[in-house]
Amino acid sequence: MSLVSEILAGRQLPAVEASQADADTSATSLAGLRVGDEAAVTGFAAAAPAATTRRLHDLGFAPGAPISVIRKAPLGDPIVFRVAGYEIALRREQAKLIRVDA
Amino acid sequence: MAHHHGGTAVKVASGTTRVALVGSPNSGKTTLFNALTGLRAKTGNYPGVTVARFEGSVRTTDGEIVLEDLPGTYSLDAISPDEQIVTQVLDGEDLSVATPDAVLVLLDATTLRRSLGLLAQVLQVGLPTAVVLTFGDELARRQGELDVPALQRALGVRVIPVVAGTRDDLGVLREELARPDSWQAPIVPPPVDSTELREWADSVLDTAGYRLPEADRRTARIDSVLLHPVWGTAVFFVTMFAFFQVIFTLAAPLQDLVQAGFDWLAGVIADNVHGPFGGFLSSALIGGVGSVLVFLPQIVLLFLMIAVLEGSGYLSRAAFLMDRIMARAGLEGRAFVALLSALACAIPGIMATRSLPSARDRIATMMAAPLMTCSARLTVYVLLVGLLVDPSTRFGPVGAQGLVMFCLYLGGALAAMGTAWLFKKFTGRHGPVLPFYMEMPSYRLPRARSVAVAVWDAAKGFLSKVGRIILVVTIVLWLLLNLPARGTSDFRAAGINPDDTTATSSYVLDHSFAADAGRAVEPVFEPLGFDWRINVGVLASLSAREVFVATLGQVAAADNPDSPTTALQQMQTPDGHGGERKLFDAPTTAALLTFFLFALQCMSTIGVMRRETGTWRWPAIAFGYMFALAWTMAFVVHSVVSAVA
Repeated sequence: MSLVSEILAGRQLPAVEASQADADTSATSLAGLRVGDEAAVTGFAAAAPAATTRRLHDLGFAPGAPISVIRKAPLGDPIVFRVAGYEIALRREQAKLIRVDA
Repeated sequence: MAHHHGGTAVKVASGTTRVALVGSPNSGKTTLFNALTGLRAKTGNYPGVTVARFEGSVRTTDGEIVLEDLPGTYSLDAISPDEQIVTQVLDGEDLSVATPDAVLVLLDATTLRRSLGLLAQVLQVGLPTAVVLTFGDELARRQGELDVPALQRALGVRVIPVVAGTRDDLGVLREELARPDSWQAPIVPPPVDSTELREWADSVLDTAGYRLPEADRRTARIDSVLLHPVWGTAVFFVTMFAFFQVIFTLAAPLQDLVQAGFDWLAGVIADNVHGPFGGFLSSALIGGVGSVLVFLPQIVLLFLMIAVLEGSGYLSRAAFLMDRIMARAGLEGRAFVALLSALACAIPGIMATRSLPSARDRIATMMAAPLMTCSARLTVYVLLVGLLVDPSTRFGPVGAQGLVMFCLYLGGALAAMGTAWLFKKFTGRHGPVLPFYMEMPSYRLPRARSVAVAVWDAAKGFLSKVGRIILVVTIVLWLLLNLPARGTSDFRAAGINPDDTTATSSYVLDHSFAADAGRAVEPVFEPLGFDWRINVGVLASLSAREVFVATLGQVAAADNPDSPTTALQQMQTPDGHGGERKLFDAPTTAALLTFFLFALQCMSTIGVMRRETGTWRWPAIAFGYMFALAWTMAFVVHSVVSAVA
């Protein structure tokens, strides 16, 4: 039996390749949503580091999970999302990595 | 330790059973740990790293067991040194740290969907496991639903609901903790891969009739004000400002009381115990230790307020509001929490950097943390601000002393940010970009017990520091201030009446070893207006900043044992033009304040930095740049205040 950390590090998460237009406007990522919007996670940007996506997944941003945008900080960053029944703040930089279906 | 695997129960001798407590941050883990262990927790370090290890014995219905409070984590897929420890402790195949006999996983009922992921990972490890379910009351209040017996059947491990801190629930938990060898370790652990995990969690939640809690309306209402772009920012500054006003207005009468008590005691001893021993008692012990002990009320208040802010959930909001500003310095919101801890003491602040995944961020925050105004500086500030500003000076409803203090804290914070930015810039190359995220917990009333434990720990730490380092340094200092010993013949030779105690003690002081040391460094500090007496204090304060206060206490007590505070105010020094000036005039006092604001006058901080970075390079750099900064800024302040005054 290998170490649990190795099993966890070996997890694969769906990568969603964004079209060029989407990547420019971040329209299909969490960062492109407005306060009050709701969407469901479809996957992660292909360019996102694997360790980052695995952590975002463990925080509740799993494919299929419904997300709503609660509020933005005074300067528009970070952003508070509601996911899996709780609220969590992410920076735009990370929010951009999460693809949604909206 | 392979015997932990395969789902077999572990047989251990009663009394030596070790259970690890695992849970995400904000799940009420520390509250539960404190409630179970009382004040019998021990802190230490894990071998090889400096992640703090909390262990305490728990009285169960059948003898005592050891409970280990692991750092809070969202996942066993670790991205920071803190989280790495959790994974290593739980993993029986990792031999670097001892594996516990069983695991108690804390699940917050309001975030159950997310928490099941962590539980699935823990169950992968294969240790006997039980689940403690917290915040069931909040789930019910927010119209969520959960059938606990059904959840237990679905998970296949024991589930014990508690409202952390109440005795009835803990009774059930104590019964369970008496026999962790009867806990289950599922033979087929739940999956951890994304899709299968989701299916498993769905089926568990479905079986348990779980209904997600509604968004907490109370929290939403409070947040709409506290996180409002305008009002929220205003509230943040008002809160920070009120923080310091409270420390002063509430602590002042208590401090006066303690001070009066020590002054009286010193006076009584000086009157009744004659000779060098009486001097030692009244100056060294009472004058030195007493002058530090008067700050206990302020330390207690400081930690009380930090504990309340943290327990209520406001600290996360403050980090959220500050994240953009921290980003300016190249840091993240979590570094704000490390810097805020440094307000208490740089050491926990530096240790808190372990929650930062990026090594570059850790170094930059570590270099910045000692600039935050720690509680040891507070003692020096209170003394010097008292000498600089008349306590009755007010600007409307705002006390001038509190205002100066606020500026000092603000100055320290700004300097820390600037430093972090510089170090971030100069430590070069990009490391891996690690995600920033921060949970926004519901507002909760801070538990009286948790607040009490935090305050008690702080007071205990402060008193033991006074008891050890400061007492020893005070005694050594007293010897240096009073040796070589002088006799009647020395006084006669110097033309002093041996019966005039004020004159003789000031002669002894002027010709002591300490005075030699103070005079030796005079060329360095003379431009700042410091005389040898202040220099002795500055040198001695390297052991701990509070010692500066103790030293001046001793020097002043030698002048006037009945009222050392008045003696300090009236102390004179040559003004360099053949006349005399008050030693603590405005330019010198302001320069001293500035010096202490920036200088790394703390051996313990240097030691911790060495331990955390594994090299002397960073502590050396920190000491060097902070001294240069302190001297330069103090020189500027001295020149400016001299010109104005």
